[in-house]
Amino acid sequence: MLAENTPKQAVFKAAKAIWRSFPILLGAMLLVALANTLIPKAAYGYLFFKNAILDSFIGSAVGSVLAGNPITSYIIGGELLAQGISMTAVTAFLVAWVTVGIVQLPAESILLGKRFAITRNIAAFLFSVIVAIITTAIMGAL
Amino acid sequence: MRKSEASKIGWWFLLIVVVIYIIAGIIKPDAIMPSLQFLWDIFVRIWWVFLLVFGLLSVLNYYVQPKHVYKYLGKSSGIKGWAMAVIGGIISTGPIYMWYPLLNELQKHGTRNGLISAFLYTRAIKPALLPLLILYFGLTYTIILTVVMIIMSVIQGIIVEKIVDNKSN
Repeated sequence: MLAENTPKQAVFKAAKAIWRSFPILLGAMLLVALANTLIPKAAYGYLFFKNAILDSFIGSAVGSVLAGNPITSYIIGGELLAQGISMTAVTAFLVAWVTVGIVQLPAESILLGKRFAITRNIAAFLFSVIVAIITTAIMGAL
Repeated sequence: MRKSEASKIGWWFLLIVVVIYIIAGIIKPDAIMPSLQFLWDIFVRIWWVFLLVFGLLSVLNYYVQPKHVYKYLGKSSGIKGWAMAVIGGIISTGPIYMWYPLLNELQKHGTRNGLISAFLYTRAIKPALLPLLILYFGLTYTIILTVVMIIMSVIQGIIVEKIVDNKSN
Protein backbone atom coordinates (compact mmCIF):
# COMPACT_ATOMS: atom_id res chain seq x y z
CA MET A 1 0.00 0.00 0.00
CA LEU A 2 1.59 3.31 -1.06
CA ALA A 3 1.57 6.03 1.58
CA GLU A 4 0.59 9.58 0.62
CA ASN A 5 2.37 11.09 3.64
CA THR A 6 5.62 10.44 5.50
CA PRO A 7 5.10 9.25 9.12
CA LYS A 8 6.04 12.75 10.35
CA GLN A 9 3.52 14.40 8.00
CA ALA A 10 0.83 11.89 9.05
CA VAL A 11 1.33 12.67 12.77
CA PHE A 12 1.49 16.43 12.07
CA LYS A 13 -1.78 16.27 10.09
CA ALA A 14 -3.44 14.29 12.90
CA ALA A 15 -2.25 16.85 15.48
CA LYS A 16 -3.65 19.65 13.29
CA ALA A 17 -7.02 17.88 12.97
CA ILE A 18 -7.21 17.40 16.76
CA TRP A 19 -6.23 21.06 17.35
CA ARG A 20 -8.92 22.22 14.87
CA SER A 21 -11.49 20.14 16.79
CA PHE A 22 -10.20 21.12 20.24
CA PRO A 23 -12.43 24.19 20.89
CA ILE A 24 -15.48 22.25 19.63
CA LEU A 25 -14.76 19.22 21.84
CA LEU A 26 -14.03 21.40 24.88
CA GLY A 27 -17.23 23.40 24.26
CA ALA A 28 -19.30 20.20 23.97
CA MET A 29 -17.76 18.80 27.18
CA LEU A 30 -18.45 22.08 29.03
CA LEU A 31 -22.10 22.01 27.87
CA VAL A 32 -22.54 18.37 28.91
CA ALA A 33 -21.09 19.18 32.36
CA LEU A 34 -23.35 22.23 32.83
CA ALA A 35 -26.51 20.36 31.70
CA ASN A 36 -25.73 17.51 34.12
CA THR A 37 -25.29 19.93 37.02
CA LEU A 38 -28.29 22.16 36.34
CA ILE A 39 -30.91 19.44 35.74
CA PRO A 40 -31.72 17.46 38.93
CA LYS A 41 -32.15 13.71 38.27
CA ALA A 42 -35.29 13.51 40.47
CA ALA A 43 -37.12 16.00 38.23
CA TYR A 44 -37.47 13.62 35.27
CA GLY A 45 -40.39 11.61 36.69
CA TYR A 46 -42.65 14.69 36.76
CA LEU A 47 -42.39 15.10 32.98
CA PHE A 48 -44.39 11.96 32.13
CA PHE A 49 -48.20 11.54 31.80
CA LYS A 50 -48.44 7.72 32.15
CA ASN A 51 -49.64 7.42 28.55
CA ALA A 52 -47.43 4.91 26.68
CA ILE A 53 -47.32 6.64 23.26
CA LEU A 54 -47.12 10.23 24.53
CA ASP A 55 -44.59 9.19 27.17
CA SER A 56 -42.39 7.49 24.58
CA PHE A 57 -42.05 10.84 22.75
CA ILE A 58 -41.43 12.61 26.08
CA GLY A 59 -38.89 9.91 27.02
CA SER A 60 -37.16 10.40 23.69
CA ALA A 61 -37.20 14.21 24.09
CA VAL A 62 -35.75 14.04 27.63
CA GLY A 63 -33.09 11.55 26.52
CA SER A 64 -32.23 13.82 23.55
CA VAL A 65 -31.60 16.86 25.74
CA LEU A 66 -29.55 15.01 28.35
CA ALA A 67 -26.10 13.62 27.78
CA GLY A 68 -23.48 11.69 29.65
CA ASN A 69 -22.47 8.16 30.54
CA PRO A 70 -25.09 5.53 29.54
CA ILE A 71 -24.86 4.14 33.11
CA THR A 72 -26.61 7.31 34.33
CA SER A 73 -29.44 6.67 31.84
CA TYR A 74 -29.84 3.08 33.16
CA ILE A 75 -30.13 4.38 36.72
CA ILE A 76 -32.68 7.06 35.75
CA GLY A 77 -34.53 4.52 33.54
CA GLY A 78 -34.75 2.10 36.48
CA GLU A 79 -36.13 4.90 38.67
CA LEU A 80 -38.72 5.82 36.01
CA LEU A 81 -39.88 2.19 35.76
CA ALA A 82 -40.24 2.10 39.56
CA GLN A 83 -42.40 5.24 39.32
CA GLY A 84 -44.79 3.42 36.97
CA ILE A 85 -43.59 4.94 33.68
CA SER A 86 -44.13 2.50 30.78
CA MET A 87 -41.33 0.31 29.41
CA THR A 88 -41.85 1.90 25.95
CA ALA A 89 -41.20 5.39 27.35
CA VAL A 90 -38.16 4.22 29.34
CA THR A 91 -36.74 2.42 26.27
CA ALA A 92 -37.22 5.54 24.11
CA PHE A 93 -35.41 7.49 26.85
CA LEU A 94 -32.49 5.00 27.01
CA VAL A 95 -32.06 4.90 23.22
CA ALA A 96 -32.34 8.68 22.72
CA TRP A 97 -29.85 9.30 25.56
CA VAL A 98 -27.04 7.80 23.46
CA THR A 99 -28.23 8.30 19.88
CA VAL A 100 -29.58 11.88 19.93
CA GLY A 101 -27.40 14.75 21.13
CA ILE A 102 -28.94 18.19 21.37
CA VAL A 103 -26.04 19.36 23.57
CA GLN A 104 -23.49 17.98 21.08
CA LEU A 105 -25.44 19.19 18.01
CA PRO A 106 -23.33 22.37 17.52
CA ALA A 107 -20.12 20.30 17.61
CA GLU A 108 -21.57 17.67 15.23
CA SER A 109 -22.79 20.42 12.86
CA ILE A 110 -19.39 22.11 12.70
CA LEU A 111 -17.42 18.90 12.11
CA LEU A 112 -19.83 16.73 10.08
CA GLY A 113 -22.03 19.35 8.41
CA LYS A 114 -25.23 21.11 9.49
CA ARG A 115 -27.50 19.12 7.12
CA PHE A 116 -26.05 15.82 8.21
CA ALA A 117 -26.19 16.63 11.95
CA ILE A 118 -29.78 17.93 11.92
CA THR A 119 -31.10 15.12 9.68
CA ARG A 120 -29.30 12.45 11.72
CA ASN A 121 -30.55 13.77 15.05
CA ILE A 122 -34.18 14.08 13.85
CA ALA A 123 -34.02 10.55 12.42
CA ALA A 124 -32.43 9.21 15.62
CA PHE A 125 -35.15 10.91 17.69
CA LEU A 126 -37.95 9.27 15.65
CA PHE A 127 -36.11 5.94 15.58
CA SER A 128 -35.74 5.92 19.37
CA VAL A 129 -39.56 5.85 19.56
CA ILE A 130 -39.79 3.19 16.82
CA VAL A 131 -37.10 1.03 18.49
CA ALA A 132 -38.95 1.36 21.82
CA ILE A 133 -42.31 0.33 20.31
CA ILE A 134 -40.81 -2.67 18.44
CA THR A 135 -38.77 -3.82 21.46
CA THR A 136 -41.69 -3.71 23.89
CA ALA A 137 -44.04 -5.28 21.29
CA ILE A 138 -41.66 -8.24 20.89
CA MET A 139 -41.30 -8.46 24.70
CA GLY A 140 -45.09 -8.51 25.01
CA ALA A 141 -45.43 -11.21 22.36
CA LEU A 142 -42.95 -13.55 24.11
CA MET B 1 -16.83 24.51 4.81
CA ARG B 2 -13.11 25.34 4.56
CA LYS B 3 -10.79 24.15 7.34
CA SER B 4 -9.98 27.70 8.52
CA GLU B 5 -13.72 28.53 8.65
CA ALA B 6 -14.47 25.40 10.70
CA SER B 7 -11.63 26.29 13.05
CA LYS B 8 -12.90 29.88 13.50
CA ILE B 9 -16.47 28.65 14.10
CA GLY B 10 -15.06 26.24 16.71
CA TRP B 11 -13.44 29.06 18.68
CA TRP B 12 -16.62 31.15 18.41
CA PHE B 13 -18.59 28.15 19.68
CA LEU B 14 -16.24 27.84 22.68
CA LEU B 15 -16.58 31.58 23.34
CA ILE B 16 -20.42 31.26 23.34
CA VAL B 17 -20.17 28.34 25.81
CA VAL B 18 -17.92 30.45 28.08
CA VAL B 19 -20.53 33.27 27.92
CA ILE B 20 -23.25 30.71 28.86
CA TYR B 21 -21.08 29.71 31.86
CA ILE B 22 -20.70 33.37 32.89
CA ILE B 23 -24.50 33.87 32.66
CA ALA B 24 -25.11 30.60 34.57
CA GLY B 25 -22.53 31.74 37.15
CA ILE B 26 -24.42 35.01 37.68
CA ILE B 27 -27.85 33.29 37.93
CA LYS B 28 -26.71 30.19 39.86
CA PRO B 29 -23.16 30.65 41.18
CA ASP B 30 -23.12 27.32 43.04
CA ALA B 31 -23.55 25.40 39.74
CA ILE B 32 -20.19 26.41 38.28
CA MET B 33 -17.76 24.50 40.51
CA PRO B 34 -19.73 21.20 40.29
CA SER B 35 -19.86 21.67 36.49
CA LEU B 36 -16.10 22.17 36.30
CA GLN B 37 -15.58 19.20 38.62
CA PHE B 38 -17.86 17.15 36.29
CA LEU B 39 -15.77 18.37 33.31
CA TRP B 40 -12.58 17.24 35.07
CA ASP B 41 -14.18 13.85 35.82
CA ILE B 42 -15.07 13.48 32.12
CA PHE B 43 -11.49 14.39 31.16
CA VAL B 44 -9.93 11.91 33.62
CA ARG B 45 -12.23 9.19 32.26
CA ILE B 46 -11.62 9.82 28.56
CA TRP B 47 -8.11 11.28 28.12
CA TRP B 48 -6.95 7.99 26.64
CA VAL B 49 -9.67 8.17 23.96
CA PHE B 50 -7.97 11.43 22.81
CA LEU B 51 -4.75 9.43 22.35
CA LEU B 52 -6.63 6.60 20.60
CA VAL B 53 -8.30 9.01 18.15
CA PHE B 54 -4.97 10.80 17.59
CA GLY B 55 -3.32 7.44 16.86
CA LEU B 56 -6.09 6.37 14.50
CA LEU B 57 -5.92 9.71 12.68
CA SER B 58 -2.13 9.31 12.26
CA VAL B 59 -2.58 5.77 10.90
CA LEU B 60 -5.39 6.98 8.62
CA ASN B 61 -3.18 9.79 7.26
CA TYR B 62 -0.21 7.46 6.70
CA TYR B 63 -1.77 4.30 5.31
CA VAL B 64 -5.16 5.19 3.94
CA GLN B 65 -5.70 7.02 0.69
CA PRO B 66 -9.08 8.37 -0.46
CA LYS B 67 -9.39 5.55 -3.01
CA HIS B 68 -9.13 2.96 -0.22
CA VAL B 69 -11.78 4.72 1.88
CA TYR B 70 -13.96 4.99 -1.20
CA LYS B 71 -13.57 1.25 -1.87
CA TYR B 72 -14.37 0.06 1.69
CA LEU B 73 -16.64 2.84 3.01
CA GLY B 74 -17.75 4.64 -0.17
CA LYS B 75 -20.80 4.28 -2.43
CA SER B 76 -19.83 0.80 -3.64
CA SER B 77 -18.92 -0.57 -0.20
CA GLY B 78 -22.10 -2.68 0.08
CA ILE B 79 -22.87 -5.00 3.00
CA LYS B 80 -19.20 -5.03 4.12
CA GLY B 81 -19.33 -1.24 4.57
CA TRP B 82 -22.47 -1.46 6.72
CA ALA B 83 -20.95 -4.29 8.76
CA MET B 84 -17.76 -2.26 9.34
CA ALA B 85 -19.80 0.78 10.42
CA VAL B 86 -22.01 -1.23 12.81
CA ILE B 87 -19.09 -3.16 14.36
CA GLY B 88 -16.98 0.02 14.53
CA GLY B 89 -19.77 1.81 16.37
CA ILE B 90 -20.20 -1.03 18.84
CA ILE B 91 -16.50 -1.41 19.70
CA SER B 92 -15.70 2.34 19.82
CA THR B 93 -15.49 3.75 23.33
CA GLY B 94 -15.72 7.16 25.01
CA PRO B 95 -18.14 10.02 24.39
CA ILE B 96 -19.67 10.43 20.93
CA TYR B 97 -18.05 13.84 20.30
CA MET B 98 -14.55 12.36 20.65
CA TRP B 99 -15.13 10.53 17.37
CA TYR B 100 -16.23 13.58 15.35
CA PRO B 101 -12.66 14.54 14.24
CA LEU B 102 -11.99 11.03 12.90
CA LEU B 103 -15.41 10.82 11.22
CA ASN B 104 -14.81 14.28 9.75
CA GLU B 105 -11.58 13.02 8.13
CA LEU B 106 -13.33 9.86 6.85
CA GLN B 107 -16.19 11.96 5.48
CA LYS B 108 -13.69 14.16 3.61
CA HIS B 109 -12.05 11.00 2.22
CA GLY B 110 -15.40 9.85 0.75
CA THR B 111 -17.08 7.76 3.44
CA ARG B 112 -20.85 7.44 2.93
CA ASN B 113 -23.02 9.57 5.22
CA GLY B 114 -25.21 6.50 5.89
CA LEU B 115 -22.24 4.58 7.29
CA ILE B 116 -21.25 7.50 9.56
CA SER B 117 -24.86 7.69 10.73
CA ALA B 118 -24.97 3.92 11.43
CA PHE B 119 -21.64 4.15 13.28
CA LEU B 120 -22.99 6.94 15.51
CA TYR B 121 -26.24 5.00 16.11
CA THR B 122 -24.63 1.70 17.12
CA ARG B 123 -22.43 3.52 19.63
CA ALA B 124 -25.49 3.07 21.83
CA ILE B 125 -24.59 -0.63 22.11
CA LYS B 126 -21.71 -0.98 24.53
CA PRO B 127 -20.57 -4.58 25.22
CA ALA B 128 -18.92 -3.48 28.49
CA LEU B 129 -22.21 -2.04 29.74
CA LEU B 130 -24.45 -4.95 28.67
CA PRO B 131 -24.15 -6.73 32.08
CA LEU B 132 -25.43 -3.56 33.77
CA LEU B 133 -28.28 -3.24 31.25
CA ILE B 134 -29.16 -6.91 31.94
CA LEU B 135 -29.06 -6.22 35.69
CA TYR B 136 -31.50 -3.30 35.38
CA PHE B 137 -33.83 -4.53 32.63
CA GLY B 138 -33.29 -8.29 32.18
CA LEU B 139 -31.53 -10.55 29.66
CA THR B 140 -34.46 -10.93 27.21
CA TYR B 141 -34.98 -7.16 27.03
CA THR B 142 -31.24 -6.55 26.48
CA ILE B 143 -31.00 -9.11 23.65
CA ILE B 144 -34.14 -7.80 21.88
CA LEU B 145 -33.10 -4.13 22.24
CA THR B 146 -29.58 -4.85 20.94
CA VAL B 147 -30.81 -6.76 17.87
CA VAL B 148 -33.52 -4.17 17.08
CA MET B 149 -30.97 -1.35 17.38
CA ILE B 150 -28.48 -3.05 15.05
CA ILE B 151 -31.19 -3.52 12.38
CA MET B 152 -32.52 0.02 12.87
CA SER B 153 -29.03 1.55 12.66
CA VAL B 154 -28.79 0.39 9.04
CA ILE B 155 -32.34 1.52 8.13
CA GLN B 156 -31.73 4.88 9.82
CA GLY B 157 -28.38 5.21 8.00
CA ILE B 158 -30.03 4.56 4.61
CA ILE B 159 -32.75 7.17 5.32
CA VAL B 160 -30.26 9.80 6.55
CA GLU B 161 -28.05 9.23 3.51
CA LYS B 162 -30.97 9.55 1.09
CA ILE B 163 -32.14 12.81 2.69
CA VAL B 164 -28.68 14.39 3.10
CA ASP B 165 -27.43 13.37 -0.37
CA ASN B 166 -30.69 14.47 -2.04
CA LYS B 167 -30.45 17.90 -0.42
CA SER B 168 -26.78 18.18 -1.40
CA ASN B 169 -27.48 17.42 -5.10
